[in-house]
Amino acid sequence: MSRKIVVPFGPQHPVLPEPIHLDLMLEDERVVEAIPSIGYIHRGLELLVAKREYPEYVYIAERTCGICSFIHGMTYCQGIEQIMDVDVPPRALYLRTIWSEYSRLHSHLLWLGLFADAMGFENLFMNAWRLREQVLDVLEETTGGRVIQGSCKIGGVRRDIPQENLAGMAADLSPFEHELGELGTVFLKDDSVNSRLVGVGHLSRDDAYTLGAMGPVARGSGVAIDIRKTGYAAYRDLRFEPATETAGDCYARCAVRVKELFSSVDLIRQAIDRMPEGEIEVKVKGNPEGEYFSRAEQPRGELVHYVKGDGSKHLVRSRIRTPTLTNIPPLVKMLQGCELADVPIIVLSIDPCIGCMER
Amino acid sequence: MKKIEDQVTTVISIASLIGRVEAFRKGAYRLVQMNCSKIGEQFEINYSFEKDYRFENIRIIITPDTEVPSITGMYWGAFVYENEMHDLYGVQVKGINIDFQGNFIRTSIPYPFRDPSYKGEGPCQGK
Amino acid sequence: MTYLKRSPWILHYDASSCNGCDIEVLACLTPLYDVERFGIVNCGNPKHADVFVVTGGINEQNKAVIRNLYDQIPDPKVVVAVGICATSGGVFRECYNISGGIDTAIPVDVYVPGCAARPESIIDGIVQSLGILEEKRAKMLGRKRTKTAGTEGR
Ligand code: SF4
Repeated sequence: MSRKIVVPFGPQHPVLPEPIHLDLMLEDERVVEAIPSIGYIHRGLELLVAKREYPEYVYIAERTCGICSFIHGMTYCQGIEQIMDVDVPPRALYLRTIWSEYSRLHSHLLWLGLFADAMGFENLFMNAWRLREQVLDVLEETTGGRVIQGSCKIGGVRRDIPQENLAGMAADLSPFEHELGELGTVFLKDDSVNSRLVGVGHLSRDDAYTLGAMGPVARGSGVAIDIRKTGYAAYRDLRFEPATETAGDCYARCAVRVKELFSSVDLIRQAIDRMPEGEIEVKVKGNPEGEYFSRAEQPRGELVHYVKGDGSKHLVRSRIRTPTLTNIPPLVKMLQGCELADVPIIVLSIDPCIGCMER
Repeated sequence: MKKIEDQVTTVISIASLIGRVEAFRKGAYRLVQMNCSKIGEQFEINYSFEKDYRFENIRIIITPDTEVPSITGMYWGAFVYENEMHDLYGVQVKGINIDFQGNFIRTSIPYPFRDPSYKGEGPCQGK
Repeated sequence: MTYLKRSPWILHYDASSCNGCDIEVLACLTPLYDVERFGIVNCGNPKHADVFVVTGGINEQNKAVIRNLYDQIPDPKVVVAVGICATSGGVFRECYNISGGIDTAIPVDVYVPGCAARPESIIDGIVQSLGILEEKRAKMLGRKRTKTAGTEGR
C-alpha cells in the first residue's frame, strides 16, 4: 500500500525563472494530481485602461510580457485598428511581420536554452543563448530596443527599416540558418536529450484540442492550428505551413519549436523579398467605439486581446488572454501519472510565461 | 480596410447558455476564451469558440450577483477562466470541476475588478 | 578590476516583472556578456548568495517571500534593484496590486534604471554593488575588531 503525500513545487524553483506554484499529490514517485496556483506576479494591468488613453496603452500592452512584447503591442494595435477601420499601409504590415518573426526566433531560442538548462545540458543552454544574441542585435538595430521594442503604434509602425538594411538582414540569415541547423541537430538527435524527452508528458490529440491547448503544445500533439493562418499582418501573402508532430510528448513539442525556427527564417526572407514601398503609418483620428477580439500567434500559442471602447479616449475594457493560461489545463493533464523527476521538464515543455499569464 | 475575420457575437439568455455550449461541444468547436467585463452596472460574460478558424462568440449579460452555471462539464479546461472570473470580478460560478475557492489568482484586495481602484492618484512628483 | 578580490554570488528573484528584465539578467550570464569572467555566479540558494538581484515591483504576495529571502542571505549583503519597475513601480505604479519599488520591502543599495535595463548597465550596477559589499565587510570586520579589543581590555 502506498501513501499519498503532497509535495509543493515552487514558487521559487531552480529551473523556473518565474514563480509558479504547483501542489503535487504523489503516490510513491508518481504524480497523481497537480493543482496549479498563481498570483505571485499579478499586477492587474488590464485596469490601467481607465488611466491611460488608448494610444498610450500600447506601452502597457507591450509590457505584459518582455519575451513576446512586440506581438502583444501589435495585437493590441490591430484590435483598435479593426474597430476604427484604420487602413494600415502594407509596408507597416510587412515590418510588423518581420519583427514578429524575429520575436519568435528570440523566444524559441530562449526557450530551447532554458529547456537544455533544465535537462542539465549547460553547454547547449549557452549555445542557444549565444545565437539568440544575434537576433537581439537585429531587433536592437531596427527598433532601438532589445527586449521591449516599442516600435508598434496604432495606425502603423514607428520606424522604417531602410532598403539597404533589409538586404543586409537577408544576407545575414543564411549563416544564421546554418548555425540554427547545428543547434537543432543536437536537440533532435542527441542521445542524452532524447532519453530525457521521448515519451515524457504525453498529451493525446483529442485532449490537446478539447482542453484548449495552443501553439507548439497543440501542434506537438498533431493539432495543426496556427492563428497566423487567419492572415493578419502580412501573413496572408506569405507561404508557410504550421509545423506539426504527432507523438504528443516533450520531444514532439521541442521538435515543433525547432522546426518553427526555420519556418520563421523563411518567413522573414519572404517578407523582405516582397517588401512593398510606401508609407509606414497613417494618422488616426477619433476614438474607438465597438469591440474586437484581436488574435495573433505568439511563440507560445494564440494570444487574444479583447478591446472594447465606448467612443471616449479611454477604453472600457481590455482583456488579455495569453497562451500560457490556455495551456494550463493541458499541463495539468500531462502531469497526471508522470514521475516526480520529470515534473520540471514537463512544466517547461509548455513554455510557461507566468508574467503574461497573470498580467 | 480588410477585415481580418468576421466575428459574430450573439447575446443569449443565461437559461440557454448550457444548451448553446453543448451544441458547440458537439460541433467540435474549441473554447478560445471566456471573459467578464463590467459595463456600467452589469457584467458581460463572453464565451468564444472556434472551428477551422471560424470565430463565434456568445454573450450573457448578468447582474453582479447572478450565479452562473459552470461549463467545465463540457470543456474541462474552462476552470482557469471560471476561477479567474471569480477571483477578479466575484462572479459566482456553480459547479466548477476544480474550484480554487478564490485562491487561483491571489490579489491584495478581494474582487479588484469589480470596483477598480488605483494607487498614487496624484500626479508624478506632485506637479 | 583589481578590487574584485572575491567571487560574489548572485541570487536572482523575479518579483512582479514583465520578464523583460529577468531575461536580461539571465543574458548577462551567457557567452556575449559572460559575467562569470568576473567570478560572478548565479546561484539558486539564498544561503550562498552575497548579492540579491531583484527585478519587478513589490506586490502583496511576494513581499513576504522577498523579506524571507533577504533575511536568509548572510551578512554582508547588498541588494540591486534592476529595472524601473524595481526602482519605483514604473509603468505599473498605479496598479492596485503593486505597492511600489523594492525599497518598500527591503533596503536597496544600487538602482539600475532602464526598461528593460540593458545587460551592460546591469553588470555595471552589480560591479558597483561589489564596492559597497566590500565597504560593508570592512565595517563589519572593524566593528568586530573593536569589540574584541574592548573585551581584551576588560
Ligand atoms: S522595468 Fe520594464 S522591462 Fe523591466 S520588468 Fe519592468 S516593465 Fe519589464
